[in-house]
Amino acid sequence: MIAVQQDVTTYALRLGDDALVLAQRLGEWVASAPQLEEDVAMANIGLDLLGQARSLLSYAGSLLEPVRTEDDLAYLRERDWQNAQLVELADDGDFGRCMARLLVFSAWQCELYAALAASRNQTLAAVAGKAAKEVDYHRDHATQWVLRLGDGTAESHTRMQDALYAVWPYVDEVFESDDLVTRLVADGIAVDPASLREPVLDYVADVVERATLTLPTPTVRHSGGRRGVHTEQLGYLLAELQHVARSHPGATW
Amino acid sequence: MTATPSREWPLWEVFVRARRGLSHGHVGSLHAPDAAMALRNARDLYTRRQEGVSIWVVPADSISATSPDEKDAFFDPAADKTYRHPTFYSVPEGVEHL
Repeated sequence: MIAVQQDVTTYALRLGDDALVLAQRLGEWVASAPQLEEDVAMANIGLDLLGQARSLLSYAGSLLEPVRTEDDLAYLRERDWQNAQLVELADDGDFGRCMARLLVFSAWQCELYAALAASRNQTLAAVAGKAAKEVDYHRDHATQWVLRLGDGTAESHTRMQDALYAVWPYVDEVFESDDLVTRLVADGIAVDPASLREPVLDYVADVVERATLTLPTPTVRHSGGRRGVHTEQLGYLLAELQHVARSHPGATW
Repeated sequence: MTATPSREWPLWEVFVRARRGLSHGHVGSLHAPDAAMALRNARDLYTRRQEGVSIWVVPADSISATSPDEKDAFFDPAADKTYRHPTFYSVPEGVEHL
């Protein structure tokens, strides 16, 4: 029983970290997006993800011994971040890259949450059920932009294609499994990541084709986020995320 | 593509219907590259707090408006024609949206 609880904790942490780290990345665009209207869209999507992260991290923290709050896990955790490397990639001000990543990730979240809503774990099922409509909109937003940029001007086409190439080595990781997930899948709690590959890549491939772009074939596959292995870019992101909370411990407003 | 596409997105006027039975009302404007994106932006900007069940977007330059200079000729003649107003009837109780 204890072992199962530890597995569930880690699983909730993984999904929560995915949402939190991408929320932070999207937040970077607020006031820097191509138009005011896009600032608002990025903020909305980021806040949806932040809401998912809060539910998942609160739940994971409640299962830990000693119990930890969502803020403990978000603002005071240095190591053991469990997010996929896909979400920590820096956009470096490249809107196309942000949309390429959002397309893949939200397509993955759509399939994941649809399946997770039937989880035997009631908390995970409830979070997934509520988030399903949110991520459907995220996927639509990314789809609209990839279509327009891919099938736009010569320059937007080139840059959107480059964005897909930049993101693609990190896509495979979200379909990977390990012993922990295998155990939870057998218990009817987690979703088998491998089962998401076909529907997610089918969706993305269809958008990419309609956008007159080419689906990359990865030559390199990066992985390790679920084991706490990350790119250097996560360090800078966490520094910004945690700076205020660490500088003013226990501050409230 | 046309030679030099404008860097500014066109302006759209946004109309939201608050709930069934009411008509769409003008709520504001926004920039978007095309109608589909205008609807999505309108959803983000004007219906975040469940303000609506339906959205219309119209290119701002498709709207013909009266000019302030014509105000007198357009509207003032209605001022002294009280018989146009339904002031001689009593409204039955319980009738909404009249």
